[in-house]
Amino acid sequence: MQAPSRKEIAPFVFLTHLQTNKFKTATLRLSLLTQLDRDTAAKTALLPRVLLRGTESHPDMESIARALDELYGAEIEQKIVKKGEIQCLNLSASFVDDSCLPGEDGILPEVTALLGEILLRPAREGGKLKAVYVESEREKLLDEIRGRINNKDLYAIGRLVEQMCDGEAFSVFRLGSEQEAEEIDAEALTAHYEELLATSPIEIFYSGAVPLEQVEQALETAFKTLPRTEPDLDLGTDVRMNSLEENPRYFTEELDVTQGKLSLGFRLGAAMEEPDYVALRLFHYIYGGSVNSKLFLNVRERLSLCYYATSILEEHKGLLLVASGIEFEKYDEAKAEILAQLEAMQKGEITDQEFGWGKKTLMSDLRMLCDEQAQLEDFYLNQTLLGEDSDIDALIAAVERVEKAEIIEIAKELQLDAVYFLTGEEAE
Amino acid sequence: MDKKYYENLGETLYSGTLENGLTVYVIPKVGYEKKYAFFATSYGGADRRFQLDGTWQDTPAGIAHFLEHKLFDTETGNALADLAANGASPNAFTSFEMTAYHFECTEGFEENLKTLLDFVSIPYFTEESVAKEQGIIGQEINMIEDSPGYVAFFNLLKGLYGTHPVRDSIAGTIESIEQITAQTLYNLHRAFYRPSNMVLCVAGDVDPERVLELARELLPKDFHEPPVKDHGPSDTVPVIKAKTEISMAVSQPMFLCGTRVPPGEKGMAYLQQELTGSLAIQYLAGKSAPLYLRLYDEGLISNDFSCGFMSGGSFAFTEFSGESRDPDCVLAEIRAEVAAILTGGIDEARFIRLKKATLGQRIRALDSMENLCCDQIASHFRGANALDSLGILADVTSQDVQEFIAQHLQAEQFALSVVTP
Repeated sequence: MQAPSRKEIAPFVFLTHLQTNKFKTATLRLSLLTQLDRDTAAKTALLPRVLLRGTESHPDMESIARALDELYGAEIEQKIVKKGEIQCLNLSASFVDDSCLPGEDGILPEVTALLGEILLRPAREGGKLKAVYVESEREKLLDEIRGRINNKDLYAIGRLVEQMCDGEAFSVFRLGSEQEAEEIDAEALTAHYEELLATSPIEIFYSGAVPLEQVEQALETAFKTLPRTEPDLDLGTDVRMNSLEENPRYFTEELDVTQGKLSLGFRLGAAMEEPDYVALRLFHYIYGGSVNSKLFLNVRERLSLCYYATSILEEHKGLLLVASGIEFEKYDEAKAEILAQLEAMQKGEITDQEFGWGKKTLMSDLRMLCDEQAQLEDFYLNQTLLGEDSDIDALIAAVERVEKAEIIEIAKELQLDAVYFLTGEEAE
Repeated sequence: MDKKYYENLGETLYSGTLENGLTVYVIPKVGYEKKYAFFATSYGGADRRFQLDGTWQDTPAGIAHFLEHKLFDTETGNALADLAANGASPNAFTSFEMTAYHFECTEGFEENLKTLLDFVSIPYFTEESVAKEQGIIGQEINMIEDSPGYVAFFNLLKGLYGTHPVRDSIAGTIESIEQITAQTLYNLHRAFYRPSNMVLCVAGDVDPERVLELARELLPKDFHEPPVKDHGPSDTVPVIKAKTEISMAVSQPMFLCGTRVPPGEKGMAYLQQELTGSLAIQYLAGKSAPLYLRLYDEGLISNDFSCGFMSGGSFAFTEFSGESRDPDCVLAEIRAEVAAILTGGIDEARFIRLKKATLGQRIRALDSMENLCCDQIASHFRGANALDSLGILADVTSQDVQEFIAQHLQAEQFALSVVTP
């Protein structure tokens, strides 16, 4: 697949443009980047919800919905994503690609204009964002923050990170805290909104058939009133390479659950000094990131110690997390085996088959990226934030070149920092 | 193979039928890395009574799903592992009316396709492996019975259907699956996995003729008539149970409500009903309908509200679901909106807008190979081609939608299923 181009189209507004005729869908995503912070995370999370409630010329959701229907059922959705210690506020439009609308002028300019209006001209009341929208969406945000506990798999990983990285910005939940959210009113949110508009670097991603100049032109028209006064140039993630204390810290929590959740958190050590992200990903695939990984084949399949066991690589922050679901009484055994699989890798016990499977799966996943627009968007945002500029073909070639010794070196660098166990409530 | 080009969609559909009765579809996707294969039988959780070689047979709930799990076993190991080792991502599912096995991959497509055709057509069951699976599926049943969404869904169907097996869980119950033996599975495999009852659909940058050739080479050669199914007599009363309520561990009440709809005829009539039903439900309660926005504004629903028209071969129903502090009030509002539409008629401008949105959304859905294959197979089992659907969108009128609402969404036709904290 052809590599996209990246260009600064306004101060600290970057457009990544991927021209392709492959899809019937075009996507245009705006991503406002801000430092993840305990005091502002919930406000950032609430903002796009309020923006989607109404604008100057579309004062309510019905009017926005009508405009979207007119644009052949285009969709504009919000999402808050955490990348290391950067919080991304995403507004994404998906719509029929102009190449699939024969005999008509394209709809890209209109979709872009609507996106611009949603970001820049929200419905206001006395100069502030409408209080009734702020309050109604705040309650829905609170429901979602409280609802974290409904998905125990994610909850367990979230709680591991919160406690392991206590004192680091990374411990903040992507939607912020209940405490912060409860306090938000229209005035506070309006102030935060104006600050974000003025300071956030913006990453825009377009994929579709329309050439760069036309996309740029549509964006220029739609966003010409974007205030760009004092961009935040210090955005970034603080990477702690070593574990906090000499010995791992242990955390246990009791809840009314039938399945135990065991999560382990590792720092990547010197592997984060000059990180080779391709080798790190391959390490993760071989250890626990694929269906032929050591954790899956040994801990789950061969020894039946857990319902699932998988690793998660947080390459921005330099963490490797292991998530597993176990019977309560298998805690010691499962933990020992998860660590034993890592020790085996440190000793160089990686068979040619395991190494080959890992490479094959990673390369296949990279190739498949090219078929999924949402994944492409995410991939290129990651590349930008990591300061990497390789395209997908180059990465596939790089996977081919990784040697086993590099994977063993990475395994040796891992430091277990914290272990979290979610267990059932003690029977009375 | 026959080739049909859909100019309005920019898609081509190749189709062919083998001597053994298997239908093969190929939808080329040029420029894609991924190749996707989908092999399915017209046999699902709701197909419990059937006639084979002149004899009627009744089977317990959950067998189709059980068979799906066991079919991955091969004499030498496990097909799931074989496919994964060869770089494919395999999976399978059992719905009310089909069991499907599929994989996606970027390399080694032919080899993976051979593995798929082999393991699905060559069964290998032992009493030991069946006994072991009874334990595994038993656990799965316990887990899904803990899932509020699943329980709410089947409580709705039990409220709508008195006899049709669609009212029973696809996974069956611990008791029903206990009756299964290796012999039962062999019998059902022989009945429903004959090529005449199956479809292979492939999407991606592949050679259509080569796919047909491989299927011809690897699958049984002889033609056998597919079994005849029976889903029991149609229900005559509007609903079996108007409201079902159950208490489970949820943070907010969850609800599903809906109405039973007699399934459409086969062929184009099926596509027509599917389109009309979807448009009617979207007109009534979709994201741009006044009803949706009113409920959202009043805090009665949140973004997770959804609605739709599900159309199987032998059953069909409408469905509205979400979380709400007051599900009865949501249903009352839906009923009131139906009444208002039936008195005031359809707003023509809004209807035209809705059709425009539907057109765009369905064009975009063609980017997903999984959707493409799945829709094509489901519509094949109902005598139609999914890709023909958009060609008849223009012909659906506001009158059709009004009639659908009048016939299938009357106040007394609704059943409600609620899960409370």
